[in-house]
Amino acid sequence: MNNTRQTADPIVRYRSISKTFGDLTILHEIDLDIAPAEKVAVIGPSGSGKTTLARLLMTLEEPTSGTIEVNGELLWHKRVNGRLVRADERHLHKMRGNIGMVFQHFNLFPHMNILRNVTEAPIHVLGLPREEAVERAVTMLEKVGLGDKLEAYPSHLSGGQKQRVAIARALVMRPSVMLFDEVTSALDPELVGEVLAVIKEIAREGEMAMMLITHEMDFARDVADRVIFTDGGTIVEEGSPEQIFHDPQSPRLQAFLSRFRAGSGKEVMR
Amino acid sequence: MSLFDLFPSLAKGAALTVEVTVLSALVAFAASFLAGFGRLSRRKSVRALTAVYVEVFRGTSLLVQLFWLYYALPLLGVELPPLAAGVIALGLNHGAYGSEVVRSAVLAVPRGQTEAAIALNMTPWQRMRRVILPQAFVMMIPSFGNLLIELLKGTSLISLITLADLTFQGMVLRTFDASRTFEIFALVLVVYFALAYPLTLGMRGLERRLTAGRV
Amino acid sequence: MWSWPFAWQIAPELLRAVQTTIAATLAGFALALVGGLLLAFARRAKPRGVSLAAAGVIEFVRSTPLLVQLYVLFYGLPSAGISLPPFAAGVLGLGIHYSAYLAEVYRSGIESVPRGQWEAATALNFSRRQTWTRIILPQAIRPIIPVLGNYLIVMFKETPVLSAITLVEMLMTAKMIGSASFRYLEAFTLAGMLFFLLSYASSLLIRRLESKLTQR
Repeated sequence: MNNTRQTADPIVRYRSISKTFGDLTILHEIDLDIAPAEKVAVIGPSGSGKTTLARLLMTLEEPTSGTIEVNGELLWHKRVNGRLVRADERHLHKMRGNIGMVFQHFNLFPHMNILRNVTEAPIHVLGLPREEAVERAVTMLEKVGLGDKLEAYPSHLSGGQKQRVAIARALVMRPSVMLFDEVTSALDPELVGEVLAVIKEIAREGEMAMMLITHEMDFARDVADRVIFTDGGTIVEEGSPEQIFHDPQSPRLQAFLSRFRAGSGKEVMR
Repeated sequence: MSLFDLFPSLAKGAALTVEVTVLSALVAFAASFLAGFGRLSRRKSVRALTAVYVEVFRGTSLLVQLFWLYYALPLLGVELPPLAAGVIALGLNHGAYGSEVVRSAVLAVPRGQTEAAIALNMTPWQRMRRVILPQAFVMMIPSFGNLLIELLKGTSLISLITLADLTFQGMVLRTFDASRTFEIFALVLVVYFALAYPLTLGMRGLERRLTAGRV
Repeated sequence: MWSWPFAWQIAPELLRAVQTTIAATLAGFALALVGGLLLAFARRAKPRGVSLAAAGVIEFVRSTPLLVQLYVLFYGLPSAGISLPPFAAGVLGLGIHYSAYLAEVYRSGIESVPRGQWEAATALNFSRRQTWTRIILPQAIRPIIPVLGNYLIVMFKETPVLSAITLVEMLMTAKMIGSASFRYLEAFTLAGMLFFLLSYASSLLIRRLESKLTQR
């Protein structure tokens, strides 16, 4: 499965991507390809740069150097007379249509009810007629198990419900790449399961590529085609879930995994 | 002469007070948003220019500004009728304070809201219009309510540049019978209060309605 | 149009008038500090009548113009047999007007003191008076010092209104210079600049004080 995907043209291609804040290096010369429909899990200690990887692709942060291509087209740059120049907002707007993101802290719009949270962008960004947007939204909200909460406001939902709305909100835009940035880290432990179940379900269906930044090792093993371990701003090791979790090569990954099994122990608990 | 004899001319004055309040509030509202966004602009020149406007109007006194527009500006060749001078001074002065309200409310909307709007591929204008402003606006209401009361009170100063507002009418009535001065001005105060209090209540109600269901 | 020689010529006169402006500001502020505290206490008083009356006074004074309040004090009181000179009436008016504002400031300061402090004071058997003066007020006033400072600046900028009751402060001086020479431009511009310099400098001072207070 993995091998067939490697041969297809990648949908996302990071090339020598670096990101620094002043003296601090967040990412250093990262190269990474994601194939269409591929599910990539990114694991690693906090501060290893994994979240930045997703934020650069979502255009929330600008790379210090290097390029990112989506569907073979440059994301942050345009080629003018053979030279790379920073792309304008119009180009970014066009490119963002391929990408969706779910955030650690949900970021639902508190002034809109659930249905409007999910229909706002289809109507005003995609330009869908209202009825069609509502139909799409209701279908999606039913799929994440919230068909009965259309009129509720975000403040009346539990964390798990909020995150499922956020997933539906991103999905109705039908991106080709979805980014999940530690989507269960802000949830109470008993609510993590319902959110992961929804994501697994989407992954099973999916023609969509996914980047899953996560601390849930079981989840990464179940869902991902490929697991990437980042530490200190570089990709230290990558491979199939079996390789990464059962036959880790680098000492740093071994240390990280053993800490997870012994320590805070999300892995142990389940 | 009874208390009721005072009402017709006070009512006439109150009408002008209300008119000037409404006109100045419109100017102040527009200036608040223009300058509030100006201070958040990406361009340094715009930020600097609006900062100068805000600091000058906040740093000098309203009455000085009013007198400057009315007495000094004609010497630079710009002659404003009293009403225009009053509305401009009141509007720009309170707009300078209002711009701080707008600016801090926009900045108080969590960064994640902008990020979610970007992730949904909204344009910068859509982000502001559909996500940031509706949330910021609710936060602005209490401060705008207080500013509106300050503005209403501030209109009393236009009586000093010959406009026949509520305060001015009080002064005129007093010239007929100086022994009733206390009574006249006490009544003027009551009329101001009667104008201001509904505003206070209205703003509280508006805030309750806009936050309903969301918190 | 603009004459520098004339501006230099009138500057000393305006600077002298600044003294009256500052004196009225400080006296009014001192009055408001005391009056505001008393109103804040009245607002918290147990008897419902007292607390409601205080709330009414605060709301009424805040909702009506200082200018008219000054007219009541300066032109109105003589018919009740009390004549005040302009400076006294001006200071009294400023003081009363801003008492209503400062009462709310004190209130927010008092409310910011955690409940546990009251309970600890009770547990240590402090008297009511001791609780206020030794435990509550010191904690309540510290965080509101910058707000009080800002009100001092606000009051400073309100003093030109005192010219309406014939107090010869800075604006009145500028106006008299203007009407005598028909050179309003220099007089009012200089007055405005003096207000700006003094209030802007003080607001920078208060900002520094604020960051110092929050550092600890």
